[in-house]
Amino acid sequence: MMQAEYRAPTSVDEAVGLMAGSGGKGRVLAGGTDLLVQMRAGMQVPGLIVDVKRIAEMTSIVQQDGDWRIGAAVSGAEIHDHAGLRAAWPGVVEAINLIGSKQVQGRASAGGNLCNASPAADSVPALVAAGAVATVQGPNGRRAVPVEQIPAGPGRTSLAPGEIVVSLTLPARPKGSGDAYLRLIPRTEMDIAVVGCGVNLTLSGHNCVAARVALGAVAPTVLLVEAAAKALIGSTLDPASLEAAAAACRAACKPIDDKRGTIVYRTKIAGVLLKRAVAIAAQRAGKH
Amino acid sequence: MSAQRYKWVGTRQNRPDGADKVTGRARFAADFNLPGELVGKVLRSPHAHANIRSIDTTAAARLPGVKAIVTGADFPEQPDQLLPAGEMQVNLRDVTRNIMAKEKALYEGHAVAAVAATTAAVAAEALSLIKVDYEILPHVIDVREAMKDNAPVLHAHMRTEGVKPAPDKPSNIAKRLEFAKGDADAGFAQAEVVIEREFTTEPVHQGYIEPHAALASASEDGQVQLWTTTQGHFQVRGFCCRLLDLETAQLRVTPSEIGGGFGGKTVVYLEPLAIRLSQRAGRPVKMVMSREEVMRASGPTSGGHVKVKLGARKDGSIVAADVTVALQAGAFAGSPVGPSCMCSLACYDIDNIRVVGFDVVSNRPKVAAYRAPGAPISAWAVESVVDMLAQELGIDPIDLRLKNAAKQGTKTHYGASFGVIGLVETLEAAKNSPHYRAPVKPGHARGVAAGFWFNVGADSSAAAQVGEDGTVTIISGNPDIGGSRASLALMAAEELGIDYNKVRPIVADTASIGFNFVTGGSRVTFATGLAVINATRDAISQLKARAAKIWEVDVEGVVWEEGEARPSSTNVGKFEPLSLAKLAASASRTGGPINGHAQLNAQGAGPGFGVHIVDLKVDMDTGIVTIDRYTAVQDVGTAIHPSYVEGQLQGGAVQGIGWALNEEYIYDKQGRLQNPGFLDYRMPVASDLPMIETVLVEVPNPTHPYGVRGVGEVPIIPPMAAIGSAIARATGVRMLDLPMSPPRLSAAIDAATPAMAAE
Repeated sequence: MMQAEYRAPTSVDEAVGLMAGSGGKGRVLAGGTDLLVQMRAGMQVPGLIVDVKRIAEMTSIVQQDGDWRIGAAVSGAEIHDHAGLRAAWPGVVEAINLIGSKQVQGRASAGGNLCNASPAADSVPALVAAGAVATVQGPNGRRAVPVEQIPAGPGRTSLAPGEIVVSLTLPARPKGSGDAYLRLIPRTEMDIAVVGCGVNLTLSGHNCVAARVALGAVAPTVLLVEAAAKALIGSTLDPASLEAAAAACRAACKPIDDKRGTIVYRTKIAGVLLKRAVAIAAQRAGKH
Repeated sequence: MSAQRYKWVGTRQNRPDGADKVTGRARFAADFNLPGELVGKVLRSPHAHANIRSIDTTAAARLPGVKAIVTGADFPEQPDQLLPAGEMQVNLRDVTRNIMAKEKALYEGHAVAAVAATTAAVAAEALSLIKVDYEILPHVIDVREAMKDNAPVLHAHMRTEGVKPAPDKPSNIAKRLEFAKGDADAGFAQAEVVIEREFTTEPVHQGYIEPHAALASASEDGQVQLWTTTQGHFQVRGFCCRLLDLETAQLRVTPSEIGGGFGGKTVVYLEPLAIRLSQRAGRPVKMVMSREEVMRASGPTSGGHVKVKLGARKDGSIVAADVTVALQAGAFAGSPVGPSCMCSLACYDIDNIRVVGFDVVSNRPKVAAYRAPGAPISAWAVESVVDMLAQELGIDPIDLRLKNAAKQGTKTHYGASFGVIGLVETLEAAKNSPHYRAPVKPGHARGVAAGFWFNVGADSSAAAQVGEDGTVTIISGNPDIGGSRASLALMAAEELGIDYNKVRPIVADTASIGFNFVTGGSRVTFATGLAVINATRDAISQLKARAAKIWEVDVEGVVWEEGEARPSSTNVGKFEPLSLAKLAASASRTGGPINGHAQLNAQGAGPGFGVHIVDLKVDMDTGIVTIDRYTAVQDVGTAIHPSYVEGQLQGGAVQGIGWALNEEYIYDKQGRLQNPGFLDYRMPVASDLPMIETVLVEVPNPTHPYGVRGVGEVPIIPPMAAIGSAIARATGVRMLDLPMSPPRLSAAIDAATPAMAAE
């Protein structure tokens, strides 16, 4: 049976040192809702487990100059209970809160969801649409990485050996902005997205002046769909523009047929969710 | 609900097993342990169909901690014929091959070897050291593919039964059967409207929460003890004795509390392996399946292909029916195609009927019983076409069914004539239900469907033991999967005239009570209930005899009322009544302990009928169906414990909703199951469902003292067609294939409305 060393450092430097010294056998434990399940299934056999939940920077939510910095190990439940963050980024919060179940929310983190690198991760399309930036620290210091560049493929990240995601920063956005995340699952909960769609947009009057659109579960990694954003920007979110954005989403899809959905269905649903998510984001933008 | 006729029957008492279950004290199969026990694990075929050229266990046997290894060669060959085993008709040649492959692996997950070792890690490592030389063969998964002439043949010796002249070539069709009444062709000639469609269903798993688990301890003198989770420990004993060449008196089987069965725990998987490993190792062996093993290797129910043709007059009278049912049996013959054919049209009084069935093998796990085995598959098709007739003729779907409903005296196409049944009462109750009387909400649609199940009697034994203080222990031998202990205790309390809480029911092991047929077919409250009533009456007759002895009167002069012996009249004499407690206290002086016994083969199980109503809405863009309101109406005979009867109706409806909307086995091109877990094998979760409303119709079964009918099977039959019919009314698209999952429904809607597909 597996036997792994367990360490719970209190600083990022220490955690990075442990990871860098593990010879590639180290795994970061935040909530453990992916790692422990994968270990039980024999899919992961780590030699070292680095529990990051005792590191203040990784377990806190901080607002600074309009930016929100979410520690990579903050649980979904804590994010849910943070009224300020919820009001500022409702789409991101609802996406993070869709991970797993009520029980899983008590442990699961956005950082873990990102680093697990599932194309169907619920929080990632919302973070990508939000323009979130990951703070990554490794043996060579810190760097800022757009969230969409972290996943490299199913179960793979672009992180270098020894690097860990410390926090996720949601950049300040102008008044009149709103975001939303929708996913399609065959059930009402306890399921994995067949398609996920995150939308973040800014309105000036009736005009959409900025937009970012991201899709999950339709390609090996979460997609930033710039063509869809382009179709929205400069429009009044009129039916023709929405259809153009939906078409751009469908065109961006490179899904697979699997037990969770077909290519045809996923492609169609990407367009459906885009329209619905835009409607919610626009409604929220109107309130800000 | 009926007026209060009884003191205890029909009341909602706490279940005797409730406290232990909610506190976690109840012991399920995996909770049993013995000193020195080993861990048993199974090596399973990664291939859907392969010859097993050889199995080399040498390296595994050398691993420290490995105490025993068994393969197919460790289980004796069995005759290729149907034999009684624990009162069931089974082909033991197939059963022994299903628990452990011999010459061939017939499905992915088929057991090919098992080991017992000191730890789970050692056992797992030992499995990886066993070398199996497979010759991979072409496989077939789909039932219609398996029926084709050029399909890969699973069993070279199999010839289709029921075909004349007898075929000389092997086939995957194990059996053809036919039922007829009147003249179907002549009937269709009279029809003014004829509708014919073909339907399919996917295999669905029973989905019990508790995986299969067994603990076996074989002694050096040949005696064996077994603890297992099962719906029938007498069947487990029967199977294991046949498969392992044991005498029944040498094998004592104790059932655990059962974490769901739904029919799937009426056969053996781990039990014979655990016993054989224990015999070889000389130590107890415990085996527990993972969820993945449960999904890959234990019985789902069949998927099927059903063709239905109904002919009717314009006034709605159905004049002819032609149904063909082909069911997957899995890797070995024995699908529930018989009951599927029989139940298909049992709700209707139709003069001209032809029903043909095929039992078909393919490279999937051998099917096991699942709630009303086979009936939901044919009912999905027949009830959908009945709804189409209602739409075509412009008749309310309940009125159309009332016009054609089976009644007392209706002769079925399978030969039996109905006695007292409650289909008409059930249809009327559905029509008058608050749900059906409420208007359909805008944007929603309503569907209705009916269902029938025979219900079963068969063998039961029971005892009623009077304790020294006058409390009573009711001993029976049926694992309690649906609250049966509470129902048995209620009937015993009613008979004895004592408080329900003075009666304690237990489920005894195979050595502690006489034979009991499985908990299945919705038989326990009826048949074992009858045995309990008779055992209780036996005890009462002894109690009356004791009173007569004390009073020195004839026993005819004693009556039993309200829990005490009383003189039958003043002519007998003036005596103070003798309570059960008083008679129990003096039992030793009046003849010894007072114990009632009964054993019987229960005849006259009352058939059950149900009608379900569903309101739902369809998201036309995504194909997602949301159930808004659901009502299950059923003739339950007499609801002995109404809460548990309602629970049966609700549970069956929910399983049917899952079957209708999302549950399916998904295979890859190699015949490997892709969704062996609850994440991607999508049973409904609580948030998917509204509260399931129930209406209990009580048309008592005249052959039972309290009018009991089985209730557990019927409620899984109507949901699929009720939901399909509501979807048809919501979208204009009649779904013919289950599950009506979002991708499938969306594709069907888009195919029917090209403008939307372009969206």
